[in-house]
Amino acid sequence: MWRLLQIELYKIFKRPRTYIAFGAIAAIVVLIQLALKFDGKSYVDLLFSNVKDTFDISDDLKDKMLNGFLISFVILNTLLIQTPLLVALVAGDSIAGEANMGTLRLALTRPVSRTQYMLVKFFASVVYTILLLVWMALLALFLSMLLFGTSDMVILRSTGIEIISESDVLWRYFAAFGFASVALTTVAALAFLLSVFAENSIGPIIATMSVVIVFTILSEMNIPIYDQTVKPYLFTSHMVAWKGFFYVKATAEGETIKGSIENLPAIMRSLSILVIYTALFAGSAILIFRKKDILS
Amino acid sequence: MIKSYVLIAVLMFFTTIAFSQTAEELVAKVKEKSAKVKDYEAKGKMKTSVAYMKAPVANVQVYYKSPDKLRIKNETGVSFIPQGSVNINMGSLFSNTGKFDIIDGGKEEGSGLRIIKLLPNDDKSDVVLSTIYIDEKTTLVRKARTTTKENGTFELELTYGKYADWALADKVVFTFNTKDYKLPKGITFDYDDGTQKNKPQPKDAKGKVEIDYSEYRINKGLGDEVFK
Repeated sequence: MWRLLQIELYKIFKRPRTYIAFGAIAAIVVLIQLALKFDGKSYVDLLFSNVKDTFDISDDLKDKMLNGFLISFVILNTLLIQTPLLVALVAGDSIAGEANMGTLRLALTRPVSRTQYMLVKFFASVVYTILLLVWMALLALFLSMLLFGTSDMVILRSTGIEIISESDVLWRYFAAFGFASVALTTVAALAFLLSVFAENSIGPIIATMSVVIVFTILSEMNIPIYDQTVKPYLFTSHMVAWKGFFYVKATAEGETIKGSIENLPAIMRSLSILVIYTALFAGSAILIFRKKDILS
Repeated sequence: MIKSYVLIAVLMFFTTIAFSQTAEELVAKVKEKSAKVKDYEAKGKMKTSVAYMKAPVANVQVYYKSPDKLRIKNETGVSFIPQGSVNINMGSLFSNTGKFDIIDGGKEEGSGLRIIKLLPNDDKSDVVLSTIYIDEKTTLVRKARTTTKENGTFELELTYGKYADWALADKVVFTFNTKDYKLPKGITFDYDDGTQKNKPQPKDAKGKVEIDYSEYRINKGLGDEVFK
């Protein structure tokens, strides 16, 4: 099994298009960092425009707020909406790509069960997803910390502002990246499932992108009829739960409690839903593939 | 017997007149005490209570230079300092009102603090009215309420300790007006964890900043660059 996984990973990372996602992430991250390095104060002005009558938003405060932790949060906010599409590029190609090249039948002539073959393919997509996230963490978090320094982190929510002490931030990022790896694995599992039905990788990639886009729009829309009926069941509603690690508890007087998470059970519920979806997508893909006539 | 009572009453009346201070005299004494401080640098812990904000207690450095320069600086982290916080210093209060008319408001029931109202003469002054509550025995301002044209009303409560001789408080509670806060979800992309559903949206309310001072360095000289 391990040997098969190595072969699959070799195949993935031998293809030049695999690196498109890494390049795209690097480009987006560096562009955002450059923009905020040179014009970050205007961005802060825009974000805090509705509290500037109450608080003195001085240049010194803006400089402190524009630290590596906030920059990373801004980047992840932008990237974690697009990254599912990059994950679909590889996962959607895993079976359909073999079918397209006519190597699927050949691969299955080896003394490997179909279930094993599918598991290896899926785990290879998961490894790719995790490596993409590690790359993102290196650039978005650690490079931002290097370029902008560190300080307390300010989180803007639609209902309020939260300040997290500098020493209380880093572990939240590790937890958030851990959660994001599960969330992106769900997308990889969807692309993997759709890949089973296609003879060409374009179809599953575009289908996954479409599902993610439509579901994300539905998740972000504030229409009461969808709030209780559709939203809780969309996996995209739960993909943003990584942010929950940055929502802190406070005392009655508004003092943040170090090391606290406002609603950990909600995050765990979201995590469980994503794991169920992943198991459902990957399990269905394996079951369907086992019964499928392989003609290519 | 009746004569001696009358005599005592007459003596008490004249003694009261002789020792009671006029509002102008009292304000002059308070100003004089505040004027002893040309500048200071103080360490403190700042607690912020605003309906829509969660913030840790911050270690702050407070810089003041006479007549009206004041800066609260969080040396290591991020703190939101309310507009008008310059008024946490009594010296600034007198300087911000410039020349003013003094109205004696009598004594506050219960505490016995003398109520003095300061009405600035300058029409361009941001301060519309300041009401200060003075402890006559110590000539220290215990409470103040300042209404401004631009930034609403500020309230100040001062608790004195070892720096009382300099009219510098050990603890300051600064209350200010806050406006309602709202950011579109399209900007924040909030995760809906269910905690915000039943939470009332914070509207215009009062915010509070408490500073507990631990150490003052008085009249050691402060450069203007600190306030930039």
